[in-house]
Amino acid sequence: MTAAAIARSRGVPLALGFGTLVIAILAVEVLIRIGAINRFIVPLPSQVALAFERVITEEDIGERFRLTFLEALTAGVMITVVGVSLGILLYRVNLLRQATETWVAAMASAPTVLMYPLFLVIFGRSAWTIIMMGFVAGLPPVILKTVEGLSGTRRVFINVGRSLKLTGPQLFVKILFPAALPTIFVGVRLGLIFTLINVVGVEFLINFGGLGQLINDLAERYDLPGTYAAICFVILVSVCFFVLTEWVERWLRPVD
Amino acid sequence: MATVSTLPERTAQGLRAQPASILVVDDIFVQFETPEGPLVALDHVSLSVRPGEFLAVIGPSGCGKSTLFNVVGGLLDGYLGGVTVAGETVRGPHPAIGMVFQEESTFPWRTVIENVAFPLEIAGIGKAARLETARRFISLVGLIGFENRYPNELSGGMRQRVAIARTLASEPKILLMDEPFASLDEQTRLLLGDKVLQIQQDLMQTTLLITHNITEAVQLADRILVMSYRPGKVKRIVDIDLPRPRSSEIVSSEAFGRYVAQIWSDLREEASRGMRDDEDRARHGGEHGS
Repeated sequence: MTAAAIARSRGVPLALGFGTLVIAILAVEVLIRIGAINRFIVPLPSQVALAFERVITEEDIGERFRLTFLEALTAGVMITVVGVSLGILLYRVNLLRQATETWVAAMASAPTVLMYPLFLVIFGRSAWTIIMMGFVAGLPPVILKTVEGLSGTRRVFINVGRSLKLTGPQLFVKILFPAALPTIFVGVRLGLIFTLINVVGVEFLINFGGLGQLINDLAERYDLPGTYAAICFVILVSVCFFVLTEWVERWLRPVD
Repeated sequence: MATVSTLPERTAQGLRAQPASILVVDDIFVQFETPEGPLVALDHVSLSVRPGEFLAVIGPSGCGKSTLFNVVGGLLDGYLGGVTVAGETVRGPHPAIGMVFQEESTFPWRTVIENVAFPLEIAGIGKAARLETARRFISLVGLIGFENRYPNELSGGMRQRVAIARTLASEPKILLMDEPFASLDEQTRLLLGDKVLQIQQDLMQTTLLITHNITEAVQLADRILVMSYRPGKVKRIVDIDLPRPRSSEIVSSEAFGRYVAQIWSDLREEASRGMRDDEDRARHGGEHGS
C-alpha cells in the first residue's frame, strides 16, 4: 500500500489511533507494575477494565448516564439557541457588540462553577441547577464564535448578494449564516465542552444524581478503579455529543 | 466610503453617450477621504457601451478600475454623475447588470448546480425550472458532468466559470466583470478567454470587462478604454479591429502585437507614475516609521 493510499484510507488512521491508545494504556500498566507510578494514586488499567462490569451492574450506570446526557443535552440546546441568537444580535447592533464583547470574553474564562451556591438558592437542589450551570458556562464561546463567523463572512459573498438585490433576511439566511456555520460550530463544540465539564462538576459538588455523583461516591469509597471506569462513561457522553454535532453540521452544510 | 467634494467644472471625458448605447456612464466623479487627505479615484469618467459590444477598461493599479466597477454595479454610493441602463437611471444594484468578481465568489456550501441556480432561487423560480436553466448555463461554460461537485473539488478556472454561469443565469443585459481571471495562470487565462468569447458570441452578450492585462483586453474586446493613473481619467479609447469570431490563436498575429504595443505605450507612462508613487509612499512611510 502506498503512502497516498494509506492517507486516503479511513481504516488506517482509525487503527493507528486505537493502537496508540492501547500502547499508552499498556505503558501505564507496565509503569505502575514496576513502581514508576504510585498504584495508590493511579489504578492499574487492567483493574479499571475489570471494574466496568461492577460499575454497570451495581451502580445503575444506565440511569446515571441518561441523566447526565439529558442534562448536558438540554444545556447544549440552550447554549446553541440562545448563544447563536445573542451572537446575531451583537453582530447586528455594533454598539451593543462594542459594549459587551469584552465582558462576554471575560465570562468565557471565568470559573463560573464557583457560583453554584447561588444557583442552588435560585433553582433548588434539582437538575435545573446543573443545567443552568452548564448553560452559563457554555454560552460565551457560542456567542463569541457566532459574532466572529458572521463578521468574517467574505466581502465578495455579500457583494454577490447585494448585486442580486437580496433583502436583509435573504442575505442572512442564504449567505451570512451558511458562510458562518463552520465557525459557529467551533463555538458550539467549545461550549459543549464547557457545559459537560460543568454539568459533571456540579453533579459532583451537589451530590445530585448522574455520573458526577457516582464519581464522587466511588472516590469517597476510595474505589479508584471504579472512579476511573465512571470517568470513562463521562468521556463516552462527550463522544456522543461530538458525533451528534458533527452530524448536525454535515446536515446543515454538507461540505466545507 | 466615497464622498463628494466641491465639483470642478463638468468636463466630460472619454466616450460620450451614443444614441444606441445600452449602458451609459456619464461624468462620474468619485472622491474618497483618506488619512492623507481627499483622494480623487475617478475624475469625470464617461463611457458608453452598445448592445452586444465587448468593452474593456484597462489601466494600472490605482487608476480607479475597481471603483468604476463598483459604481456601474451599484455597490458604491455617494458619487457625482450618472449611470443609465437602456435609458433608465441606475442607483444601486440593477437586475440588468450581472457582476462577476475578481475574488473567488462561488459559495463553498453549494454544489455547482446550486451555485448557478442561486439567482433563479432568489427570483422565486420553481426548483425544476431553475435547475433546467442552470444546466443550460453549466453546459455553456463547459462544466457538464460537474453539476453535483462542490467548489473545493474544482480548479480555480472551473470555479470562475461557475461564477460566470451563475451571473449569466440571471440573464443580465450587461455582463460586468472585474478582472475575473486575475488569479489564474496565463494559459488558463487564454483558454478561459476563448470560452468568454464563445459565450459572448452565442448570447450576443453586452460585456464590460475591467482588467489590467493588455493581452486579455485585446483578445476579447471590440474597444479598449485606457485609463490614466490617479486620478482615474479616460486617457484614450482604442478600437480593436480584429476579425471575429476570435480565439486565443489570435495572440500570435501581427495585428494583435501592434495593438498590444500601442496600448502598452499608453499604459507604460501611467504604470511608471503609479510605481513611483508607491515608492514615494513607502519611503515616506519608512521615514515616519523610523
